[in-house]
Amino acid sequence: MLEQIRQQFPALSAQVYGKPLVYLDNAATAMRPQSVVDTWTQSVLAGNANIHRAVHYLAGVATEAYEGARDCVQAFINAPSREEIVFTSGATAAVNLVASSFGEAFIQEGDEVVVSAAEHHSNIVPWQLLCERKKSVLKVLDIHDDGELAVEQLESLLSPRTKIVAISHISNVLGLVNPVEEIVRICHAKGVPVLVDGAQGIVHEPVDVQALDCDFYVFSGHKLYAATGTGVLYGKRKWLDAMPPYMGGGEMIKSVSFAKTTYAPLPEKFEAGTQNFNGAPTLVPAIRFVQEARANASVQKEQAAITEYIYTKLIEDERITIYGTPFAHKIPLFSFAVKNAHHEDLALILDKMGIALRSGQMCAEPLMDRLGVTGLLRASFGPYNTLAEAEYFVKSLEKAINMLM
Amino acid sequence: MSLEEKKQQVVEDFSVYDEWLDKYEYLIELGKGLEAFPEEKKTEERLIKGCQSRVWLDSEERDGRLYFTADSDAIITKGIISLLISVYSGCTKQEIAADDFGFVAEIGLKDNLSPTRANGLVSMIERIKEIAG
Ligand SMILES: Cc1ncc(COP(=O)(O)O)c(C=O)c1O
Repeated sequence: MLEQIRQQFPALSAQVYGKPLVYLDNAATAMRPQSVVDTWTQSVLAGNANIHRAVHYLAGVATEAYEGARDCVQAFINAPSREEIVFTSGATAAVNLVASSFGEAFIQEGDEVVVSAAEHHSNIVPWQLLCERKKSVLKVLDIHDDGELAVEQLESLLSPRTKIVAISHISNVLGLVNPVEEIVRICHAKGVPVLVDGAQGIVHEPVDVQALDCDFYVFSGHKLYAATGTGVLYGKRKWLDAMPPYMGGGEMIKSVSFAKTTYAPLPEKFEAGTQNFNGAPTLVPAIRFVQEARANASVQKEQAAITEYIYTKLIEDERITIYGTPFAHKIPLFSFAVKNAHHEDLALILDKMGIALRSGQMCAEPLMDRLGVTGLLRASFGPYNTLAEAEYFVKSLEKAINMLM
Repeated sequence: MSLEEKKQQVVEDFSVYDEWLDKYEYLIELGKGLEAFPEEKKTEERLIKGCQSRVWLDSEERDGRLYFTADSDAIITKGIISLLISVYSGCTKQEIAADDFGFVAEIGLKDNLSPTRANGLVSMIERIKEIAG
């Protein structure tokens, strides 16, 4: 059954150093299914025209594909309206957009922004830049030693000056699903809006932005099997309407004169310049694949088996420390350290065994400092990974550790 | 041994290993054999940027020749640096400055190490050149 899923991903049949590729770096980027490749090809070959601007036939085809993707994303995350879906080049671009534009409108000197200790640099640095510009203050919600967010400290961290809380749905290092509903509830009780960095969350969890009630939700297409350079910012209309444009250029205007320029309505207001009209349509087959995989019992069974297997193997091993341990919230993403073995050595050796893993700080230096490590090794699994691959990984890891001892 | 002979030796030593894992075994052995580097020398100035692992490189000039000592928290990197040191220690500044470090590519290290590692290797070479320059 899984074979049928794997077959959709031609890249998985690659050989590296003469060995079958075992791709366990899905949290960095996922592979693309054939349907995504086909949609891209189709767009380039039979629908390549700049959208929204021309009256000719191809422009119509391209515009329809692009706007169709917006409808698809809207339905996927249950956004109230399509105007609240802004296409960006990725999660990073979306956070920057909000930090810059929301920040411009609503953040003053002395105001506060809250992030967590477990954020990706993409959900830290844009806020730091904003705070520098506005002389506002960045506050940090800590985590517990087991990796769980210290949600019980959130309320006391919020002050009348807190203007926004930006927090990941799932950390790309800890692999734990954060209680975002609870976080939103706590923040909203104090009138503070919440941005959820869903770069990892969207891949592993069903997302309903109305049920979640978050103010912003951002994610990248490439981690969700779509083309690189695609991404989504969902924002509540009341905020998007009140926020000034982020970038100026073509498409985002209603009329331009040197005396006064007026802006296009949502979502174009935030999509300056030529949009990624070849890329965005790939979100449609990508989302279809996600839905298919979520509905596929054998995929779900395999994923659960992998999570339990890897978790058990790594936890049992006295030489290994996993970061992000509460099993109930764990996704198949494992960051760990091996006693007396450097993560880079292990990653290099495993690479030569055909296994693609991430090693290092994983764009989360503050988290590494908080955990007291210089870097970690990370294995992150996708719906096309098999238990057999997980077993090969564990066996190979053992071999690699022995080589280093 | 002259610089040329030392480089030749390294290339020959490496050529017996076809398999990457065997090359790593060899580098790991070299790394383990590297002379101990005093903790107090692990300072910011001796740290080489651009590596996923940390590398410290120190040098000393005696009778017009440079002698290097180094350490790393990762063992394969330590093996690589041990290779570089064994080749360039005892050379004059002029010899090092004039060298193109081409033997590193010849043993396949530059291409086959991960990009971050290759960067680290480049940084190590640059630091050695800097010291000689
Ligand atoms: C939690 C998290 N946030 C943000 C990002 C940034 O995503 P991108 O680089 O696609 O913009 C990532 C990607 O690594 C991530 O894992």
